[in-house]
Amino acid sequence: MPRGNGSIGRCMAQVAMVMNLDKCIGCHTCSVTCKQTWTNRSGTEYAWFNNVETRPGQGYPRAYEDQDRWKGGWQLKHGRLVPRSGGRARRLARLFANPELPALDDYYEPWTYDYENLISAPLGDDVPTAVPRSQVDGRSTAVTWGPNWDDDLGGGPRHLAGDPVLKKMNDQVRLEYEQAFMFYLPRICEHCLNPSCVAVCPSGALYKRIEDGIILVDQDRCRGWRMCVTGCPYKKVYFNHTTGKAEKCTLCYPRIEAGQPTVCSETCVGRLRYLGVILYDADKAGEAAATPDEKDLYQAQLDCFLDPADPGVVAAAEAAGIPHDWITAARRSPVHALISRYRVALPLHPEYRTLPMVWYVPPLSPVVESLTATGHDGEDPATLFAAIDSLRIPLDYLAGLFTAGDPAPVEAALCRLAAMRTHMRRVNLGEERDPAVARAVGMDTTDIEAMYRLLALAKYDERYVIPTGYHTTAIGDEPDGCSLDHDHGPGMYDAGAFHAPLSESESESESEPTAAGTSLRGRVNLLNWNGRGRPAGLFPRRDGHTT
Amino acid sequence: MNHLHTALWGVLPYLVATVLVTGTAWRYRYDRFGFTTRSSQLHEHRLLRIGGPLFHYGLLFVVVGHVIGLLVPEAVTERVHVHEWLYHANALLVGGAAGLATLAGLAVLLHRRLRVPAVRAATSRGDRAVYPVLAAVLLAGLAATATTVPPHHYDYRLGVSVWFRSLFALAPDVAAMSAAPFVYQAHVLLGLALFALWPFSRLVHAFTAPLGYLARPYIVYRSRGARPAVRNGTARR
Repeated sequence: MPRGNGSIGRCMAQVAMVMNLDKCIGCHTCSVTCKQTWTNRSGTEYAWFNNVETRPGQGYPRAYEDQDRWKGGWQLKHGRLVPRSGGRARRLARLFANPELPALDDYYEPWTYDYENLISAPLGDDVPTAVPRSQVDGRSTAVTWGPNWDDDLGGGPRHLAGDPVLKKMNDQVRLEYEQAFMFYLPRICEHCLNPSCVAVCPSGALYKRIEDGIILVDQDRCRGWRMCVTGCPYKKVYFNHTTGKAEKCTLCYPRIEAGQPTVCSETCVGRLRYLGVILYDADKAGEAAATPDEKDLYQAQLDCFLDPADPGVVAAAEAAGIPHDWITAARRSPVHALISRYRVALPLHPEYRTLPMVWYVPPLSPVVESLTATGHDGEDPATLFAAIDSLRIPLDYLAGLFTAGDPAPVEAALCRLAAMRTHMRRVNLGEERDPAVARAVGMDTTDIEAMYRLLALAKYDERYVIPTGYHTTAIGDEPDGCSLDHDHGPGMYDAGAFHAPLSESESESESEPTAAGTSLRGRVNLLNWNGRGRPAGLFPRRDGHTT
Repeated sequence: MNHLHTALWGVLPYLVATVLVTGTAWRYRYDRFGFTTRSSQLHEHRLLRIGGPLFHYGLLFVVVGHVIGLLVPEAVTERVHVHEWLYHANALLVGGAAGLATLAGLAVLLHRRLRVPAVRAATSRGDRAVYPVLAAVLLAGLAATATTVPPHHYDYRLGVSVWFRSLFALAPDVAAMSAAPFVYQAHVLLGLALFALWPFSRLVHAFTAPLGYLARPYIVYRSRGARPAVRNGTARR
């Protein structure tokens, strides 16, 4: 793996994700489970930390990729990286009204239905209906847009015309229904190496965690200046209009710390998500983000990543204080394999210069389907490689998403996927292995079979290689329990009240071993709570106080 | 000088100062989560883009004007040869313009708060208490500024300002304030009410103006172990 002059700067670890778009069926299970976990509270009705959008399409919020309008990410000004929304002075001058903040209409007005009318309406000639009501002001509303309104190309060319990636493409795009193409793009926060949301936060409330690179909002420091919403080019920071604070995807850090995958990964029915550790050179990241030509940003970011099999890297990582189990996890990381070893995963919009860390394996399937439909052997390598140029999903469109418009890396990734299919087809049919197929894409047969295993067969523990974060809690004096256990937080309950103690030794270490049994009494059932007000018993009683 | 004047101009300011300081400290200690602008820009942005900057920038000028008018004694400006009429003309024009801008901004903000359903729904009890007081303070202040126009001239720098500075010497000059015209007294009382409400309303966001941003590196890194302050609720477990 090329690493420039070979000297390693500050080595850091990052928990990263790769999604295999070939497998996404657009079922929205990830979005729904994420919402149930994180954003089912009042003030975040409109927020989806995870959303699945159909491409081509406008995405959520509408046309968020149009940075001329929303000013997200970074830009190069006289060779220096500056947030596109302006430097420090300009941001402070616009503190009182942020001109580039998306309005609720750009997301959608969240609504519910007035179901009570169905049973309480007076007797009459008409069947009573459940009218939609806005969840923001409670008035009846007309539903005109939603988080996935243009799902499966719904709405047709009228909505498609708003796709900023489509707008940038030069050639005529085939949007007639017989030739239409589409695929799904699940999106979460990118947990970037060079996060522009962090850079534009005036209060310093947003931060990147040193240990795992997860970007979080300190709810006690956030003052609701809303700059982060503008700063994030992926529009993955949301403003909670009830609490007046910014909230964002947390990469389910309480689960990651315990070695578990995020909720979206855990519940993904297509098993298309991979989680693992990536070691990178933090000193190089700043230079990489300032690469002059945006088409070189993909390669520049690749060059920041370190090879955990290299003894020099291991030494640098240990010197930087990265725990040993993190280094071994980095060696087994499926994410590192897909990004750096097999080079089939690509970053989403590297041209925003934030160095995103959720990467995507571009979709290949339609090309095989369309070739087979035209009577050709869709799995024949010669036909296949030649056909990748004339993909049903235009190569330029994928390049507009993943490589700032440079089709070469996308084509290379798709060729590798195509070679894998061809190779494995020969294996499955009992034909002789042809090393030329692998060699044509710069791999060997063992590599290609390992990649096949990772993409097609990998089990839970191969897809999610997440070292635990216990080492720091052992030293720190943090209180036990969930770190989300605070006012208005999603985890505002006493962990002991819902789960029995894990083991005898654990309950002995607690000062009050019977707490788990008694504290459940008099508590509210959250399933019956409408999210408004504060029902009695919602919060655990303080010690020494009786209510 | 009667007891009422002593209570209003000799005792009340100290009570309000105590409430302001301890209240803010208490809020910061126990409700840091509540320190927020509670922006309603998500619900409505067109009017806010006019009203928000107009109100806040106007207010910044008003604050600077108050600092100059109250803390700089007349003797100092005379020593640097700023003529009395020049000073007052400047105070009237710049101060009046800033006050009017603030008032216009507040009017726009109040309008959207009342007329836009989503913003109205997001209005808290604290807002309902603060908005009328804020409007009254502004109106009284503008009325007081208008009294500096020559015909019935009152030089606040020889009255109100003397009283204000005497507060910091812990020897309140009650006589100086009780001799001031009614608009000044009303403005001061309403101002004290505003400061008493301050720690318990969204006004606290003014104390957390992010000036440190100008000197900060762009990317903030933080360690999992180094959490700044353990929240009170969990610290006692």
